[in-house]
Amino acid sequence: MADKRLRILVAKPGLDGHDRGAKIIARALRDGGFEVIYTGLHQTPEMIAEAAVQEDADAVGLSILSGAHMTLFPEVLRILKERGAGDVAVFGGGIIPDDDAAKLKAMGVKQIFTPGASTEDIVTWVRDNVTPRT
Amino acid sequence: MADKSKWLESTYKPSGERPVRFSTVSDLDMEPLYTGEDISIGHDEEIGNPGEYPYTRGVYGSMYRGKLWTMRQFAGFGLAEDTNARFQFLLKQGNNGLSTAFDMPTLMGYDADHERAQGEVGREGVAVSTVEDMAILFNKIPLDKVTTSMTVNCSASVLLAMYLVVAERNGIPWDKIGGTIQNDMLKEYIAQKEWITPPRPALRIVSDMIEFCARKAPRWHPVSISGYHIREAGSTAVQELAFTIADGICYVEAAIARGLGVDEFAPRLSFFWNLHNDLLEEIAKLRAGRRMWAKIMKERFGAKNPRSMMLRAHAQTAGASLTAQQPLNNIVRVAIQAMAGVLGGVQSLHTNSMDETLALPTEHAVMVALRTQQIIAEETGIANTIDPMGGSYAVEALTDRMERDAMAYITRIDEMGGMLKAVETGYPQREIAEAAFHYQRQLEQGIKTVVGVNKYTSPDEVPIPTLKIDSELEERQVQRVRKVKRERDSASVKEALGRVAAACRSGENLMEPICEAVRRMASVGEISDIFRAEFGVYKDPGWL
Repeated sequence: MADKRLRILVAKPGLDGHDRGAKIIARALRDGGFEVIYTGLHQTPEMIAEAAVQEDADAVGLSILSGAHMTLFPEVLRILKERGAGDVAVFGGGIIPDDDAAKLKAMGVKQIFTPGASTEDIVTWVRDNVTPRT
Repeated sequence: MADKSKWLESTYKPSGERPVRFSTVSDLDMEPLYTGEDISIGHDEEIGNPGEYPYTRGVYGSMYRGKLWTMRQFAGFGLAEDTNARFQFLLKQGNNGLSTAFDMPTLMGYDADHERAQGEVGREGVAVSTVEDMAILFNKIPLDKVTTSMTVNCSASVLLAMYLVVAERNGIPWDKIGGTIQNDMLKEYIAQKEWITPPRPALRIVSDMIEFCARKAPRWHPVSISGYHIREAGSTAVQELAFTIADGICYVEAAIARGLGVDEFAPRLSFFWNLHNDLLEEIAKLRAGRRMWAKIMKERFGAKNPRSMMLRAHAQTAGASLTAQQPLNNIVRVAIQAMAGVLGGVQSLHTNSMDETLALPTEHAVMVALRTQQIIAEETGIANTIDPMGGSYAVEALTDRMERDAMAYITRIDEMGGMLKAVETGYPQREIAEAAFHYQRQLEQGIKTVVGVNKYTSPDEVPIPTLKIDSELEERQVQRVRKVKRERDSASVKEALGRVAAACRSGENLMEPICEAVRRMASVGEISDIFRAEFGVYKDPGWL
């Protein structure tokens, strides 16, 4: 297997401006040895899926603190699939109740991190669970 | 005088100390002991008396002995009638000022029926798309008796216009309504990240509102210069102080450039601080902020009216300090943070609810938060005397240090050409991201402690009840907005929107045309679309 650096798109969907977490995660993933692309705020699911395809991302990390996770996560999954990128690993974090996290995982979100998760937990999870797209 | 260095060598060092880092939550090193040696000569004038320049000890002569701070709980969720019911509940419980939280679409200038509003209607605050929603929100609330704070920024001009039109409908003249609209756009680019246009036109709209309120709604505070969100984004206490005061300087310069005299508008500028966990650092920050603003207004801007020099502030306990783990602990954090606010002499206070890191608060959690303020006010005794921490060697030394370090930042920002330029180049944004990352690293390395998160964790946690927002309300709000749009006189709305667009181009003050558009039932989204078309849309540069 070629020793390709994993490319991770860190994205902020929705209208809320809470980017403290997304920026910390982006920086920690970069320090962890991954190629990181940060979308900036206020992205639509279309913009995120498009960026994932354009940037040839292996995984997309979504940060949502607005309560709109049950609308936005499934949309990103759907559009990725539509564009033939259904194998991009989608994970995320934010203020997401356990019940919702379980539903999102059943829909195909690979992992949900909630408040208190350390950057190390997330870096380790990416290292162990994300593989380069072929 | 006792010799501090001798004491350190002969008495302190042999006594030993715990192997931890003794620094504030913002990582300022604290000395083992503060004495008179740590406070500069001539310090008496720097401290002064309450109600007298430079207001270090408080802006009013009798402070809480004259009037307690306003207990102002921030509330908003669902449809306008849901939040109206919460307002009525809060007023009945002894809350004496209202504070409105709007939902994300309203805050970003979208109507509930816009596709970008999907999933966000009424979730983080109340949905207001037209003046009809605003009328329901303030139904049966006496707008000439209760003061209202509205947390809204890039669409603030529209929401203020709606409030004015509702007052007008209820027969209350504009010079009788009192309240505050946040309307601090600089800190949006710096920290909270709610924007429509690029910074320059945004500053123009803010200046229009300052000018308009000075002339037409003189009891209204047209901007609440906010450190709160800067701190929530991860800044240090010094950065919160420095960037907020620097934002204030920028607004004063912009209003003066309009031809307003400094004393015509400065008495109506107010501030909004964060209250974090580090008690001494926070008290020092609040005291230093008052002293800095007084000196800047007097010396830099030549203010003559003492009210122009008084930094009056609302404060809110730190949302980012609350933990999802062991949420009952948050009650304790909030109580201590609120004490910092009272010991620091704020004029109005919001205490967060224990469950706010999980969801919007339940009525029960809000009541505990409000009772916390009432306990501080009427049981603890700290409101019995003015500035009880004044004269503490540690607090005075820390107050001096906060002022010194924050002024160094302000000098640097002045050298960059002022805050507008600094914001455009991402300077404060990067400084804050750096501080946030530094703090996160300290947490993960165990240098800083958060109880229940990186120390004293419990395996079995008992969940607390949280507020669920009915997902059907979005559809109800969408239908309501569509009905208003269907039934209004669309030609008249179009004409009014055209006048807003013309004012954007001509430089005429935007507030009168916006009020007229709102009267004719133009929506938040439609007026924001005019801003988008005339001024362009700001995109997040995504600085890490």
